[in-house]
Formats: sequence, C-alpha cells, structure tokens
Amino acid sequence: MITVKEWRERLESERCYDLISELFERIEKSKLNAFITLNKEEALMLAEEFDRGKLKGRLAGVPIAIKDNICTKGLRTTCASKMLHNFIPPYDAHVVEKLRMEGAIIIGKTNMDEFAMGTTTETSYFGVVRNPYDLERVAGGSSGGSGACLHGESVLALGSDTGGSIRCPASFCGVYGLKPTYGLVSRYGLIPYANSLEQIGPMANSVEDLALLLEVIAGRDERDSTNAGVEFRFKPEEKRYRVGIVKEMGARDDVMDVFNEVVEVIKADHEVVEVSLSSLKYALPAYYIIAMSEASSNLARYDGVRYGYALERLDSWTKYFSRVRAEGFGEEVKRRIMLGTYALSAGYYGRYYLKALRVRTLVKRDFERAFKECDLLIAPTMPTPAFKIGEIQDPLTMYKMDVNTVPINLAGIPALSMPMGFVKGLPVGLQIMGNYFEENKILSFALQLERSL
Amino acid sequence: MISEKEVLHVANLAKIELKPEEVKKFKEEFSKILEYFSILDEVGEDVEPTYHVLPLKNVFRDDKPKEPLPRELVLMNARHVEDGYFKGPKIMED
Repeated sequence: MITVKEWRERLESERCYDLISELFERIEKSKLNAFITLNKEEALMLAEEFDRGKLKGRLAGVPIAIKDNICTKGLRTTCASKMLHNFIPPYDAHVVEKLRMEGAIIIGKTNMDEFAMGTTTETSYFGVVRNPYDLERVAGGSSGGSGACLHGESVLALGSDTGGSIRCPASFCGVYGLKPTYGLVSRYGLIPYANSLEQIGPMANSVEDLALLLEVIAGRDERDSTNAGVEFRFKPEEKRYRVGIVKEMGARDDVMDVFNEVVEVIKADHEVVEVSLSSLKYALPAYYIIAMSEASSNLARYDGVRYGYALERLDSWTKYFSRVRAEGFGEEVKRRIMLGTYALSAGYYGRYYLKALRVRTLVKRDFERAFKECDLLIAPTMPTPAFKIGEIQDPLTMYKMDVNTVPINLAGIPALSMPMGFVKGLPVGLQIMGNYFEENKILSFALQLERSL
Repeated sequence: MISEKEVLHVANLAKIELKPEEVKKFKEEFSKILEYFSILDEVGEDVEPTYHVLPLKNVFRDDKPKEPLPRELVLMNARHVEDGYFKGPKIMED
C-alpha cells in the first residue's frame, strides 16, 4: 500500500518504466481480480515519456486505476456487464481529461458490480473482486476493484458513489474514499445509473492523496448540466470541531466497539455530541425507490442498436429489444429496472416514487438541522466488516447493508470513509459527513485523526 | 402482494423477456421488497418532494454548433450498420 509521496520518492532513484512494469507484473499474478481491462501499452509509453522528462503535471508519473463505468477514449469500458463487454468509448469522461492533463498514468479499468448495482461486486459479469485481507471475502461494492487495487496494484483510483459505492469498498478494504458534494465533480462520461444521486470520487491510501485527486477532478464543466461550477483547493485547518455521532447509524457490536474507541480518541481534540436524525428510518427504502426508478429510465438506452450487446439477426422491434436485454443484463440489473418501472407505473407513482422524493426532503432537512449544531457528523461506514463471498443471497438483506451510506446520497452532502481499526483482522471504516461543499472541513478533520490513530 | 401477471406486465413495459422460472423468482422477491417499501406509507403527503438537492437553475450556453464526433467513431460500436447509418429492427410487425 503506497501513497503518492512514497511513489514520488521511489521515482527519484528508479525509472518510472520499471515501477509501472512491476505493477503490471503484480496485477497479472494477482488473485484479487481488481481489473477488467489493462492499459499496459499506453501506460508503459507514458512512463517512458516521464523518464525522458516529457510528462508534466500535478500527477505526473503517478499510476491511477479507473472504475469501469467511467469512459476512457479507445479503452474498453464495460460497466462489468455483458451488455457493454465490447464497448469502446469514442470520448473521454471529463475526469479522465483532467487526469491526462495532469500527467497521471491510467493503468486500467477496475472491476465493479454490473452498472454499479451492488454492494459486493458479486453482480460483475467478470467475476467477483476478492478482499486483500481475506480472499474468501468480498472487497465491497460497487467500486470493489478500485478499493482492492490500492493494495499494491495502484497508487490512486477513481470510483463512483450512488449509495455508498466508494465508501463501502473503502471500509471493507481498509483504504480511504470520498463521495464529493453532488455537483462538485462533473459526471460527463460517467455511464449513468441514478443521475440525481451519483458522483465520481477519489480513492487512495491517505487523506492527503484524496485531497490531491479531488483537486484535480473537481470543477466546472458545461457538459454536465448539474455541475455546480465550484473548484476545490485543500487548505488544511487545525481546529477544534463540534462532531455529532448519528444515533440512527449503528453497526454490529464488534464494529461499535472499535467506533467507540475512536470516539474517545476524537474527544481529546474535539467536542463530541450525539444527534438524532429521525427521518433516517425511511432513507433506505426511499433511496432504493429513487435509484431503481432512475435506473429504469437510464438503462432504456440499451437497445442493441447503437452500441452494446446485439443479436446477429434483426427481428421485430419488441422481440429484438426484449431479447437483447434478457441476454445482455444480469439478474440484479433486471431486478432494479423492473422494480423501478413498477414504482413509476400508473397507479403506483404517488405511493412509491413521489413518496420517496418527499422522504428526500425530510432527510435533507434533518441533515441541515444537524449541521446548524455540528461541524461534522460521524458513524461507522458499514454495519459489519467484509463478509464471505456468497454469504448474502437474499436481495433485500443485501440492500440493508447500505443503511448508513445511502442517506448521504439522498441529501447530496459529502462523506469520507477512512480506516478506523480492525475486527478479527478485517478493516472497518469511519464515515465522516459534512455540509454541502465542506470537503475542506471533512479532509482537515480526517487528516488530524489519521495522525492520532 | 404482487402477482405473476403484474411481473410480466412490468417486464413487458421494461422490455425484458423473462423465463417462467424467473417470473416465479421475481414475484417472490418483489413481494418481499415492496412490503419493506410500504413503510413509506407512514410519511404524509404534506411534504414537498425534492427532485434535485442543489438549487440549480438551467445554465444556457450560446447556441453555436460544435464539431460533432466523426461518423466512423459513432458507428464503431454498432453491430448492424448500412450506408453510414445504424440499422435497427422493424418497427411495424408483419
């Protein structure tokens, strides 16, 4: 596990070409299954450029892995789905343009749940990502490959977070991940699942690296109509914060033991209070209804005509469309599209979709109220450490694993997950939540805590 | 709570062909999930819905044409292409 600073130190005495080659050797021998597609040829070419002093920028010569739902020009982008198993994007996502401008070396595309729909990567068409701490366990999802690869296979990674997809693998893999405020990072080139909830965000091995990567990817982009046009510059502050423990965001007893120990550490430098957000009991169903509804509309584009999985023979429209989607989508994607279709259909719209949007108002108000009292809020990121591959079969039981992460996406506020300790040898994460566009406060607090843990 | 007929209706709306065993499986799962969702019935109608979390107004740019993607890049991911166009299935049934 290596940080940007450590990587740069190695670059002072070693060739970038050799270091990147070493990474690929490790990836090719790895059992983690963190990558779907490698970008070996271009990466080695860029490493050579760096060695000749021609690659410049704030991330010059630093390897980064990109989640496979973020478009990379000329490099296969699959969303871990059979539907897009051969899709070559004709353009770069905004964040990828930014990375290239700053000299980062894209080493490959990381494994994930199909269309980012899952908590474990078990729904990937390309097989499950394994947890670096125990190969029999999941790495978390949906950005599981981006979390796992930070164990020696990359220095930085990009993930996307619709309901916890950055923070869950950060917690399960013992790394750092940040879901930015909605609108801070352009979604142009992010293959959509639930537009009103998702953000691209940084994953790394230190708080400093999260901040650096966020500085590069945040900012104005007129191609995303929900982009807030706000830049980000990290200015670490040493302050005594008022930190609220969210009563409704619990976890299993052994995770709570670790959390309570960390709270004692926090109390040494900050004021800690307890806050209650009563609307959170409705957040999980509201989140799933909104996400599924948006998915049912977004994924209507997969018709086997312009791109993606296609049948050899063009049949009648209904038959062709229905069969392409039956063969191209996996089970969880079908489940969410159909439930979303149901929630939006005549007679159920008011009861499910509209009601979920009303809950979103309540959740947003609760957070706004809490941030009048507190600078930051904290909770365990996930209710448990990483569980065994195949352990959870029932979809509803799986959805409930996201209970502490989805409220953040409903409200659109930023949240970070950082390692807070171990339960029986498995890492668990601390979730730090802040008010809109207060990433600086979250990262400053995390930086202080990183030093004390 | 949800019938096999309703599952088939939704699948038809979503344009996903289902096998009989899938219909059965989804019916049971959907019933359980929808029952869980029904906790939202406790929430009143007096709260305004939030469609978007940020108070964003539509930003207009000048309506000037830009360079489009080259045609061969646009078509390169399609399986059925004819004379520089996408070829789709028949819309009218025979």
